[in-house]
Amino acid sequence: MKLLTGNDLATGDVIWWTGSGWSRHVAEAADVGEGGEAILQAEEGARRVNVPYLLDAVPTPEGPRPAHIKDRIRAAGPTVRADLTLTPADPQAGSWVI
Amino acid sequence: MYRYDEYDQAIVDARVDEFRDQVTRRLSGAMTEDQFKPLRLMNGLYLQLHAYMLRIAVPYGTLDSRQMRLLAHIARKYDRGYGHFTTRQNIQFNWIRLSDAPDILAELATAQMHAIQTSGNCIRNISSDQFAGAAADEVADPRPVAELIRQWSTFHPEFSYLPRKFKIAVIAADEDRAAMRLHDIGLKLVRRPNEQGGDLGAEVYVGGGMGRTPMIAPLIKDFVPLGELMGYLEAALRVYNRYGRRDNIYKARIKILLHEIGADAYREQVEAEWVAVRDQGIDPPAAELERIAAMFAGPAFDPAAPDAVDRSDPDFAVWLDQNVRAHKAPGHAIVTISLKPVGGIPGDATADQIDLMADLAQAHSFDELRVTHAQNIVLPHVRKDALYGVWQALRDAGLAEPNLDLIGDIIACPGLDYCSLANARSIPLAQKISRRFAGRERELGELKLKISGCINACGHHHAGHIGILGVDRKGTENYQLLLGGSGAEDVSLGKITGPGFDEDGVVDAIARVTDRYLAERTSGERFLDTYRRLGMAPFKEAIYG
Amino acid sequence: MADPDGNGADAPTLLRFRDDDAHDEPAVTLDAFAAQPDATAVRLEAGDDARALLPALARLQLVEVSFPSFRDGRGYSAAAVLREAGYRGELRAAGDVLVDQLPLMRRVGFDSFAPEAPLDAEAARRALDRYDHRYQPAADAAVPVWRRRHG
Repeated sequence: MKLLTGNDLATGDVIWWTGSGWSRHVAEAADVGEGGEAILQAEEGARRVNVPYLLDAVPTPEGPRPAHIKDRIRAAGPTVRADLTLTPADPQAGSWVI
Repeated sequence: MYRYDEYDQAIVDARVDEFRDQVTRRLSGAMTEDQFKPLRLMNGLYLQLHAYMLRIAVPYGTLDSRQMRLLAHIARKYDRGYGHFTTRQNIQFNWIRLSDAPDILAELATAQMHAIQTSGNCIRNISSDQFAGAAADEVADPRPVAELIRQWSTFHPEFSYLPRKFKIAVIAADEDRAAMRLHDIGLKLVRRPNEQGGDLGAEVYVGGGMGRTPMIAPLIKDFVPLGELMGYLEAALRVYNRYGRRDNIYKARIKILLHEIGADAYREQVEAEWVAVRDQGIDPPAAELERIAAMFAGPAFDPAAPDAVDRSDPDFAVWLDQNVRAHKAPGHAIVTISLKPVGGIPGDATADQIDLMADLAQAHSFDELRVTHAQNIVLPHVRKDALYGVWQALRDAGLAEPNLDLIGDIIACPGLDYCSLANARSIPLAQKISRRFAGRERELGELKLKISGCINACGHHHAGHIGILGVDRKGTENYQLLLGGSGAEDVSLGKITGPGFDEDGVVDAIARVTDRYLAERTSGERFLDTYRRLGMAPFKEAIYG
Repeated sequence: MADPDGNGADAPTLLRFRDDDAHDEPAVTLDAFAAQPDATAVRLEAGDDARALLPALARLQLVEVSFPSFRDGRGYSAAAVLREAGYRGELRAAGDVLVDQLPLMRRVGFDSFAPEAPLDAEAARRALDRYDHRYQPAADAAVPVWRRRHG
């Protein structure tokens, strides 16, 4: 599957295209299939996302899992500071990334 | 240390206003990201893996308690309660919002701080010796010269759009504590008689650096009197700005230019350019350097400060022997605060720890601190009779690891946990190494281990006695091991041992390397010395069989 | 932005800081300039050597320096070199010239600008008026801070 991601311009938050808007949670990311580039251009042009790009992911029961570890770290937060991740209380978060 | 006058303050205030204007135009869409990026980089603002990261300048690594407390305040108010001290003596905050950045810069300006030119293709923070003004071996404090260069290079109109970043270091002793030879320009202050009567000048080294093609800077100019140094630097930079490569970011540093045209050709071009700029009045008068130098005259050390230290507490004695160095003034000492607790994140400090270090500096170090390029903090001027109390306070705050220059004193870039340029994580590896060798640091002796998460080499892995480079091997993290590098005056570049390893594999490989060292070393030999004596072969054999 | 020189709707917008009239001769390439002893206007590409113009400084009235990308800083050195050599004619930055580079370009001696995209006049004015003090001397009239300190 293909995901569309980028950063919120003002806050710098990592955001994921959900199909209808932008979420900070990769679990809500939509498969943009072949139409990702068009969405990317439109959203960037409207300034709803900064430095967007498309990436590969695999679907899992917990939601999309980005194919590359860099994108998984972007999605979850630094592996060395569980308290700074999006899910600080989740003991499984680290294994999802690595 | 340097104190702003009305002009310095006006410049920094105008810069805040300028950046606020630029951010407003970015947020409104009047500027594209492409147009904005170099501008925000020149204000130290990166877009990193999780958020914007702000790199605040600590000029030549020197700051006072008020500035330290402001950094703690920024960590709490605008970030997540901690900061990261870098290999260029700066500090980074990882969770900054663009919308807050102008306010942060405005707050910094109230304490004579800024984030000017800490990134971008311009002249960066001028780094220097963390023991400046305290060590007995310097010919003069290098920092006034660093300050002169800082002012000359700030918003330099000709050199703000260089082919690539430009890093300058200034030292003033034979012992190189700032990795001077691995900078784009390295300056070593020396004394020599000359026609002007005064005798302080600089040896000029150009074309050092790490990254994809590490190089040691050759000597380009044997002696430039201080009164002519800015003009010479102007010429040196102009040749680079005109002829440095702009077609390939991996070949854009000045070291590549020197490599391609040769040091002699570069030297000649600089001499020719120097003739051209000589009449332009670039060099400030001697009175300006004197004005700056007066601010670095140093505190009045108590000549009656006792020299004896009570070593009866064994833990204190270990720390004393490892982290405390001799001061030029009797009865005083130079303290290095380790930001490398066992299993910790190298170079990170919480807001509370930063406040504590500020308090200790104010009470016990004439209100001065230094950031070292090894990501530690120095209290440069501590009375020996205050050392025990300082150690106790540090110990209670987790800042008293007695590991200066030992295997646990790891230099590590933030790596893939934070950095969008990285190929691999560096911090978990540092933590594993730190834990693996906990308790054996003193047995192994001086062993400078440096980890970079990618070829940009922000962890200075080429200059590590043991260096590690993170790479991306078919989508997974992999690590190359290097041996034999040094960033000191015995400068050398590390050599790759052979095929890479996964994270646990490289830790095991290091254990085999250190075991071999212990088996082979003769009395007094550091790991680096044994390696230089024996070469790579026995270590390669120990690692790979 | 407004078209202060009345060059017409199709002409590139020009921002100019000189009292004299705009030079009307088109700028030729460096090679062509060398071959034409009566040419008075030349265009330097980013990689051209500005010093090639030094023998002809007396007849030069317009030097246009190309900025193919605002990140390519070679044009700043070209300007500095020409002003240091005593060139007093029009020195124009052309191409990817944006508001935020105007202050530095003015400092190295550019006195006219031909940006390929229109500039926000208000933002440009703010940018140019913002700094009262400069650390280092350059081709402009700004007094470096160290001279204010010591006279």
